[in-house]
Amino acid sequence: MADALARKDVSAVELTQAHLDRIATVDGDVHAFLHVDSEGALAAAADVDQRRAAGEQLHALAGVPIAVKDVVATQGLPTTAGSKILEGWVPPYDATLVSRLKAAGMPILGKTNMDEFAMGSSTEHSAYGPSRNPWDLERIPGGSGGGSAAAIAAFEAPLAIGTDTGGSIRQPASVTGTVGTKPTYGGVSRYGLIALASSLDQAGPCTRTVLDAALLHEVIGGHDPLDSTSIDAPVPPVVEAARRGEVKGMRIGVIKEISGEGFQEGVKSRFEESLDLLRDAGAEIVEVSCPSFEQGLAAYYLILPSEASSNLAKFDAMRYGLRVAPEGIQSPSAEQVMAATRDAGFGDEVKRRIILGTYALSSGYYDAYYGQAQKVRTLIARDFAAAFERADVLVTPTAPTTAFKLGEKLDDPMSMYLNDVATIPANLAGVPGMSLPNGLAEDGLPSGFQILAPATKDERLYEVGAALERMLLSQWGSPILTNAPELTGKEIAR
Amino acid sequence: MSVHTEDVVSYDEAIATYDPVMGLEVHVELNTNTKMFCGCATEFGAEPNTQVCPVCLGLPGALPVVSHTAVESAIRIGLALNCEIAEWCRFARKNYFYPDMPKNFQTSQYDEPIAFNGYLDVDLEDGSTYRVEIERAHMEEDTGKALHVGGSTGRIHGAEYSLIDYNRAGIPLIEIVTKPLTGAGERAPEIAKAYVSALRDLIKALGVSDVRMEQGSMRCDANVSLMPKGAQKFGIRTETKNVNSLRSVERAVRYEISRHAAVLNSGGTIIQETRHWHEDTGVTTAGRPKSDAEDYRYFPEPDLVPVAPTRERVEELRGTLPEPPAQRRKRLQSEWGYSDLEMRDVINAGATELIEQTVAAGASPPAARKWWTGELARRANVEGKGVDEFGVTPAHVAELDSLVRGGRLNDAMARQVMDGVIDGEGTPTQVADARGLELVQDDGALEAAVDKVIAANDDVAQKVRDGKLNAAGALIGQVMKEMKGQADAAKARELILAKLT
Ligand SMILES: [Zn+2]
Repeated sequence: MADALARKDVSAVELTQAHLDRIATVDGDVHAFLHVDSEGALAAAADVDQRRAAGEQLHALAGVPIAVKDVVATQGLPTTAGSKILEGWVPPYDATLVSRLKAAGMPILGKTNMDEFAMGSSTEHSAYGPSRNPWDLERIPGGSGGGSAAAIAAFEAPLAIGTDTGGSIRQPASVTGTVGTKPTYGGVSRYGLIALASSLDQAGPCTRTVLDAALLHEVIGGHDPLDSTSIDAPVPPVVEAARRGEVKGMRIGVIKEISGEGFQEGVKSRFEESLDLLRDAGAEIVEVSCPSFEQGLAAYYLILPSEASSNLAKFDAMRYGLRVAPEGIQSPSAEQVMAATRDAGFGDEVKRRIILGTYALSSGYYDAYYGQAQKVRTLIARDFAAAFERADVLVTPTAPTTAFKLGEKLDDPMSMYLNDVATIPANLAGVPGMSLPNGLAEDGLPSGFQILAPATKDERLYEVGAALERMLLSQWGSPILTNAPELTGKEIAR
Repeated sequence: MSVHTEDVVSYDEAIATYDPVMGLEVHVELNTNTKMFCGCATEFGAEPNTQVCPVCLGLPGALPVVSHTAVESAIRIGLALNCEIAEWCRFARKNYFYPDMPKNFQTSQYDEPIAFNGYLDVDLEDGSTYRVEIERAHMEEDTGKALHVGGSTGRIHGAEYSLIDYNRAGIPLIEIVTKPLTGAGERAPEIAKAYVSALRDLIKALGVSDVRMEQGSMRCDANVSLMPKGAQKFGIRTETKNVNSLRSVERAVRYEISRHAAVLNSGGTIIQETRHWHEDTGVTTAGRPKSDAEDYRYFPEPDLVPVAPTRERVEELRGTLPEPPAQRRKRLQSEWGYSDLEMRDVINAGATELIEQTVAAGASPPAARKWWTGELARRANVEGKGVDEFGVTPAHVAELDSLVRGGRLNDAMARQVMDGVIDGEGTPTQVADARGLELVQDDGALEAAVDKVIAANDDVAQKVRDGKLNAAGALIGQVMKEMKGQADAAKARELILAKLT
């Protein structure tokens, strides 16, 4: 697309309009978007066309439209984080990554659907209704960034921004047959991301190919003085690595604890076949053990709610967003208004986690819960360090199963949480991870291949990912996503 | 809300039975140009909500970044208080709801303060010194300011609505916490005042804060408890919040000691709570109950990287510390030759710096002291102003002193000139010129006046001739009157005596 734009085969306005048309046609089915900004996107595209016509040197992605997860603040565009409590809130400022997209000349199509405050693995916890998987509209597109992944898979956007706190970029990528990268913690500025869990959150690219992901990674990555946790170093050479795609002589570690036991049969087989391809291409496959990963899920579900309970405290009906008057009270106090607003504005999953987090941080329980979870986190980082002594990258299936049916796990939070078992350790340790499609499982649905690299060595994800992608493409004969079903936008009444 | 005055016993009676224990927490607002975690300005008195941004408003998505300058100011305060400086420390979140706190948590330091384990030696009225042990000095951000409109008291109770100004939200604060101060006995209120005063001088000398208690840039919370004389176990304490003058610190501590004693004497127990100080009535009233179990759900602030000052930088900062105020006062006292009593007057008048500058501008130390702690202090007191609020500068005082010493003005004339300076008529020389104030140096005119007065007061002149030299005073007064005050009294006396004896 970028090449076509550069050659002036197609204008940015045409390209943007084509995606807006596609959104108009299919988003009734998919519900990837919470807000579409046709006017803003077309204006940005027209500006790029004008500058290109004037002979200005533009960024490679200038004019390529993009969708942004609704947890990212966009000046002048509604930003709700999938929650009723922020309904109608229009931020007065741009997140740093949005400023960078705009600086690169990328028109923003709109804001994508997500689980409320990024809590969930299916996008069913969105206060504005679930998104649907373009492969099968009865199924979930993953979460929390299901909207971004679905928009890519349904061809509503060529590129999207996701955020990944425990797998919310990689798991949706896995179940929608797309590519998703979670960069090293601090690799992309968090300034302007409505925080779920500050020490785990990381924004990253959602795309259809590994090279696209690298190009987008390069645009949004890099140091930001507004985020003190952002890494003060140049973006790793991800584009170069994605163009090269070479695994000869590389040591690839299979994590014994997450290598497929209890995983769906087809997911396991596709993973094994990918390992064979990598071995054939000259990589050395080694088995590594990360015993503390088993406690990762428990630690994550203490740290996340703890930080979230504090981060969400600011939603108190005083300054922005929703305000609800309590029923039957003549002149309510600030506390009563706040209670009524939070009751109406937060969904069940959010309430569940706020209560859990408040409990885990309270005095007398801190050491037993939050403190203990932080210790597990240290152990996981140690496991990773040891594993990376033996391997250049680590690999696992991204998610235990292909996309499950809408509603299937809604009443069983534990089984929903288990979906992130393979992705969570990377967030706890701050290391980068990528999911790319490695074929369809026995049920005809996509499954994902996860690659993990040491912190700040993000380029290794692209090196291995691009190599595997090339081999898979030559096997399939075409990109996996051409198999996506036809969507008409009329099939499902909502 | 009506103020209910509780029973108290006399201070002497309280102190005869109990040993007071104090803990003082002083909040100092740093005078950095930007806030603790963002680039917003910190100017006092700006239009409400003009100095705000997504960060200090706590908007969704905004992130804090620590002000380097604030950290260095905190380290300098810590060093001046003889503290150890942490090699590595973090901020923590203190989670609680408050309408004027944008994020509903305060970013503060909890178990990892930047400075800890220090002390400050405090000089007392009787010339002795009390060592106040410092527990910690930590960094935090200020909250916004709520204005409750429509009620009669200005408090939230009874107000129709509230307005919030976030200009102050995020201004860097240093909280300095003492260890429990024991063994103070009856001097406890004096020590409290002297400590806050010494702290104010120290921080002012560091130049890191305006330390204006009346503007809230320095605030004191005073914890007080009593234990029966000879006991080891501390009593239950109360915390009197936001005491905002030195005098009030002393009075509030004194009041709480008397109040605690009354409760304990009557067999009651002290309730652990915060108290509000009422400047007008001189009493404290109950605030909210506070227990040790109050749960702020502290945890390390994940949005900020740890603060880890290098040892080299800490030593560099140590090199920037000014001479400690107590040491400086001793040096100046000996340079100026003041008695202990004179020096104490100077300190109490807050005139040390003014005198230092006046002497530097050429005045004699006694004259400088006389002006700043005498005439100007008296007028300041009458007008309820600060001694430095008249527009009179050390240079003015030095110039006036040189006019007196040069024989152009006598003391009475000098006071008139000072009036003119205060009224904005110009420099002392300009005022003396404009008002025609000058000792008459013309001996002829003086002699004529003396002759005239002797002739007109023959009875008095006779007394002098008879050897009653004291009577000459009356004649001098007449001469001065004759010459409209512009005569040199010493010269007039000389002449009178020469003519009559
Ligand atoms: Zn600000």
